[in-house]
Amino acid sequence: MIEVDAVIIGGGIVGASAALFLGKTGRRVALLERDFCGSHSSGVNYGGVRRQGRPLSQLPLSQKAHAIWAQLPQLIGINGEYQRSGHLKLARSLNDLHALQDYADSSQGFGLDLQVLDRAQLRARFPWVGDVAVGASYCPDDGHANPRLVSPAFAQAARRHGAQVHEQCVVTSVEHDGQRFRVRTQTGLEVHAPWLLNCAGAWAGNLAAQFGEPVPMHSGHPAMLVTEPLPLVMNASTGVEGGGIYARQVARGNCVLGGGQGFALDNARARPGQSAVLEILRQAVELYPFLEGAQAIRTWSGTEGYLPDRQPVIGHSRTQPGLLHAFGFAGAGFQIGPAVGQALTEIICSGASKTSLDAFSITRFHSISVA
Amino acid sequence: MKSVVIIGAGPAGIRAAQTLVEHGVRPVLLDEAARGGGQIYRRQPANFKRSAVKLYGFEARKANALHQTIDTLREQLDYRPETLVWNAEDGTLDTLHDGHAARLEFSKVIVATGATDRILPVPGWTLPGVYSLGAAQIALKFQGCAIGERVVFAGSGPLLYLVAYQYAKAGAKVVAVLDSSPFSAQARALPGLLSQPATLAKGIYYRGWLTAHGIAVHQGATLNRIDGEQRVQSLKWSDSNGQHQLDCDAVAFAHGLRSETQLADLLGCEFAWNPLNRAWLPTRDNAGRSSIAQVYLAGDGAGIMGADAAEMAGERAALALLEDIGYLIPPQRPAQLEQSLKRIGDFRQGLERAFAFPEHWAAEVADDVMVCRCEEVRAGDIREVVREGHWEINRVKAHCRVGMGRCQGRMCGAAAAEIIARESQRPVSEIGRLRAQAPIKPLPFGLEIEA
Repeated sequence: MIEVDAVIIGGGIVGASAALFLGKTGRRVALLERDFCGSHSSGVNYGGVRRQGRPLSQLPLSQKAHAIWAQLPQLIGINGEYQRSGHLKLARSLNDLHALQDYADSSQGFGLDLQVLDRAQLRARFPWVGDVAVGASYCPDDGHANPRLVSPAFAQAARRHGAQVHEQCVVTSVEHDGQRFRVRTQTGLEVHAPWLLNCAGAWAGNLAAQFGEPVPMHSGHPAMLVTEPLPLVMNASTGVEGGGIYARQVARGNCVLGGGQGFALDNARARPGQSAVLEILRQAVELYPFLEGAQAIRTWSGTEGYLPDRQPVIGHSRTQPGLLHAFGFAGAGFQIGPAVGQALTEIICSGASKTSLDAFSITRFHSISVA
Repeated sequence: MKSVVIIGAGPAGIRAAQTLVEHGVRPVLLDEAARGGGQIYRRQPANFKRSAVKLYGFEARKANALHQTIDTLREQLDYRPETLVWNAEDGTLDTLHDGHAARLEFSKVIVATGATDRILPVPGWTLPGVYSLGAAQIALKFQGCAIGERVVFAGSGPLLYLVAYQYAKAGAKVVAVLDSSPFSAQARALPGLLSQPATLAKGIYYRGWLTAHGIAVHQGATLNRIDGEQRVQSLKWSDSNGQHQLDCDAVAFAHGLRSETQLADLLGCEFAWNPLNRAWLPTRDNAGRSSIAQVYLAGDGAGIMGADAAEMAGERAALALLEDIGYLIPPQRPAQLEQSLKRIGDFRQGLERAFAFPEHWAAEVADDVMVCRCEEVRAGDIREVVREGHWEINRVKAHCRVGMGRCQGRMCGAAAAEIIARESQRPVSEIGRLRAQAPIKPLPFGLEIEA
């Protein structure tokens, strides 16, 4: 039996960063991961480190995360291929460009420094963008990183700060005895702690339901593919207003593209599927004509949790004191994840998060009946 | 309407097609090559006129028979050459032909995807002039080219002597054959090999022929490194007598074959560790039924057994398929095929002993040797990730990119697995299996998509 201050379920970027920040304050932490840390959504996502386009309610937390990302090597020991390349959100119609302008106006004051570019400005600054784009919004300090490296590194760093990280460790039961949580695992581990952090991603709904607050979460499976290494062309990570595909080029020259939905193989694994892959290939040559004739060499997908309003649940359970939730990031948890880990740490160490989490309370689903 | 589909027009695929046609079924036969025959009986371009005996030696009769079969069947098949199956999901295959992507729904599919060489890298193996044994053979059979003028053949497996023999017969200078398996292993394997005396005799013949023609054949010989500036100029090898150097301008090497299992994986087939093949293979019953009701497996793609076995397994799988869709199949022929396949299986056991896997390779390969050419990952990079605590092969891949490139681990996966196993001190069967991902081979942007 292990006695700790906090037990964290889920070794993705949220759980692992919470373990890291708690470890840094000297708290005793056990991080339980069913598979390998950072091997699901946190490790197989597109790798966008982007504030632009997020709901305004997320921007304070996202700005906190932005500051954490700036310290990445000091924090996790590697640079994780993180670069502030800038993020370019493309508009395919004037309506979309107006929407980008509206977002730029309303997000003023959050420090994003958005620059809205008309067609001529876009051509001049990013000549590799296809003619289908009529303009764009550019966020100079957004960027991208390699999630395969970054997310597991958070868990490694947590380990260095004293967290007990247990991989391939399936949780079989969670109880609260009135004073603390008792968590048992398939490997025979029993962990006791006054705090329980539900950071179980797309699989977090079960735990929430067990404590009487079910959420209407469903799983999504974004389709992703990568090209062979190409000459360096894209000097910004990109997305498209209104959805569609997104693309970035890594320093090695490979272009990573995503868009559309794949399908689940089982509860934990997913594949992109033929139609999404072909759709990415089709849209890509319109948006990025230099890709014509390049080869896609690999595709993949993951399993991400989505709530109906595409906002995460972060913060206190309303039914069980000591239980904190942080899940449902709707495919956009990679950038913000470390700030969420920090906010959870603040709750445990100083009673409240320095950044308001009101918008993300699980209570917003309490009146909804979940089938 | 959903089709009965065969993937691969090698010995297994062609015999499967023939069997289906004989029973009145018109299958779709998909093949990457321009002309059927597979790798072993690969055909030369239509305007090349070498005789079958010249191309296939002892196997000329079998090659001719197989080629005639596909030529005769052509009209009774929906034969689609130069067609890549790049993905499979939920009862459909995704194909690529001449820049066009299309979907093909199947009711049943026989997967006969064949094999490629198993490569255990040595320093210098990425130099121009270094080929796998299979590639050296294809150059000769298909284009009538030798890979060099002074060629060394190295590694192990039946292909080693066969290709060396074919090169010497074709007039190339074979500098030496370096067989990594010791003579003692081959002597021990003899009882098992005697179950197929004709095949054994051919093997002995090739080796005898090489020796009789003054070609040095060394056993227990390890290829240590390949050297050269712009291309291969020399190599170093060692045996119990010490280290030796040979001048040459080309090297062909491999340690046996490995099955092409990606499609079986994408189709959802269950896999199991196969100690004989030292690989994860899709499971099948004696008839070739996989764990998925619609999917049948035949030929080297489901475990290395050679071309003769592939022909039988193709026919056997087709008979199983026919039986499963309601045809009455008299039991004699299936029983006969299964018996012959079992005999070849026993022979395979002997072959594996004769051409023993060089287990010491993973411990000895130097840190700076490139293992994954596509992503430029060296042995030391893999070991470093293992030392950080990772041992599951997909996690190691995630951390150092081994197997992430164009070939999707088809070339480097076996070698990477050996290194991971050795470095993490686990059996190679206990480090997991590289998950297959579409596309099986690169897919171009700008392709045309058929509705």
